[in-house]
Amino acid sequence: MYFQPEIETMPREELRKLQLERMRESLRNAYENVPLYRERFDAAGVTPDDLESLEDIAKFPFVVKQDMRDNYPFGMFARENADVARIHASSGTTGQATVVGHTANDLANWGDCFARGIAMVGGDENSTIQVSYGYGLFTGGLGAHAGGEAMGCTVIPTSSGNTKRQVQMLKDCKTDILACTPSYALLIADTAIEMGYDPATEFQISGGIFGAEPCSENMRQEIADKLGIQYCDAYGLSEIMGPGVAMECAERGGLHIAEDQFYCEIIDPETLEVLPDGEVGELVITTLTRECSPMIRYRTRDVTTINAEPCACGRTHRKIGRLLGRTDDMLIIRGVNVFPSQIEQVITEFPEIATQYQIILTMNGPLDHVELQVETEPDFPIDEVRRLEDLRNRLAAALKSNLQVAVDIKFVEPKTIARSEGKAKRVIDLRGENQ
Amino acid sequence: MISQLTVFLANEKGRLAAACRTLADADINMKALFIADTADFGIVRIFCDTPARAVEVLGQAGFRASLTPVIAVSVEDAPGTLADLLGFCQGASMNIEYGYCFCTADGKAVDVLKIEGDGAEAVLAEAGFAVLAPEEVYCVDPA
Repeated sequence: MYFQPEIETMPREELRKLQLERMRESLRNAYENVPLYRERFDAAGVTPDDLESLEDIAKFPFVVKQDMRDNYPFGMFARENADVARIHASSGTTGQATVVGHTANDLANWGDCFARGIAMVGGDENSTIQVSYGYGLFTGGLGAHAGGEAMGCTVIPTSSGNTKRQVQMLKDCKTDILACTPSYALLIADTAIEMGYDPATEFQISGGIFGAEPCSENMRQEIADKLGIQYCDAYGLSEIMGPGVAMECAERGGLHIAEDQFYCEIIDPETLEVLPDGEVGELVITTLTRECSPMIRYRTRDVTTINAEPCACGRTHRKIGRLLGRTDDMLIIRGVNVFPSQIEQVITEFPEIATQYQIILTMNGPLDHVELQVETEPDFPIDEVRRLEDLRNRLAAALKSNLQVAVDIKFVEPKTIARSEGKAKRVIDLRGENQ
Repeated sequence: MISQLTVFLANEKGRLAAACRTLADADINMKALFIADTADFGIVRIFCDTPARAVEVLGQAGFRASLTPVIAVSVEDAPGTLADLLGFCQGASMNIEYGYCFCTADGKAVDVLKIEGDGAEAVLAEAGFAVLAPEEVYCVDPA
């Protein structure tokens, strides 16, 4: 089932031709309308006319998030206000917010990209989609909403929060597809179960489109099982568009990039060299159709691979693998690089431990100290101190061998770790503070 | 077997008080309470009335609580009665995970034992020990 079969199954050669055409157009748009690109291209001695093949994009300079901050708010817009239909902004929790503009065409393309994901989980115009991403400057809510409308679905714009009501809508309105963050999907599932329902068998829901935060293989399995759904991993970022840049089909072998809209490269984050398909590195995206905020070789900081093998679903667009981490999220603990996703992966191998966790980083004298707070599953025999201590020792040993870093494990009472309604806060780094 | 209430508590100020207050507010009377503590958590073991209701009340208040089957033996409040009981258990190769004792007002004492595996209760009763029934220790939950 495809949303735009002629595009999604376009023969590779034809697709690459389309990409090259659009890439030239996008480079011109950036060069002619955004002073930053003109300065950078001139400094690098390249013009859009130097692009003769897709691989020639490697001659062009990168842009990074800091460039967007430096040009806040509208310095990287390639369109005048009259043509800008909407703006979105990143949360700005780690610095100056970044603002991205969308023309009416940009918004229409976005809806199409997301709608392809709806088709991937079996949705069509008869489907009801419940959007439990937050609405607002965050791209999740309105992006999923646009996808639902593009497909012609019935859209339920619940936004995030008021979880019992989410469950009620899910049940009463016979929602087919849920779109939200994975941690919120799990909270909705657990809330439904607490309310006495078995959503896997009692609710109509059959698909879920989840993104905007990392999610381990085991956590996604738990969500899929509890809700009884096909899980579609949605990739996107507000700087590039929002959810829909890449979507996971039923084959579960990765996320199909919307290659008619975006050109992706994998680079070595140290040497900045382009790596061949299949190698692990930082994802770099060039937008091909974005009118207001064209991004040329945007460094996403996301670490993944590109898979060019043909997919059994029939789509010809290449796939990115599961995100292996974010170069920004990488923790350096006693000199060792650690991704929170590695810790999560180890935790999920212990069925006795609940999937919620929190990492507290402090200084113990000159050394980094890592405390991992976890909860046991409700049916764990808490009366047996030995079993608890044995579990703690096994988990500590597994973490030590996986991360090469010693971790102190602390069992906490149920619900001590906040269930998130948006992006889960997994790491609390207190190392910079006086203790 | 006696249903002992077990509560998992973080080693943080006020958690034990909060658990006890929760039981008090539900009008649940305790007969005995023992704490096993480790570096960062405590396991609280309680004999109380209506233990199943106590689990429910604590669970609703956000505590992790469960019921654990234990054996309670009534003995004379006199020197050597516990030693006799433990001597028998040793002879019968029973592995005791933990235990605790408390005196009651009638000149008796209750020895509480958590013994690994099943069947220990019947063996003790057969050997003549006064194994207590739940209703002899606390108000049982209504059926």
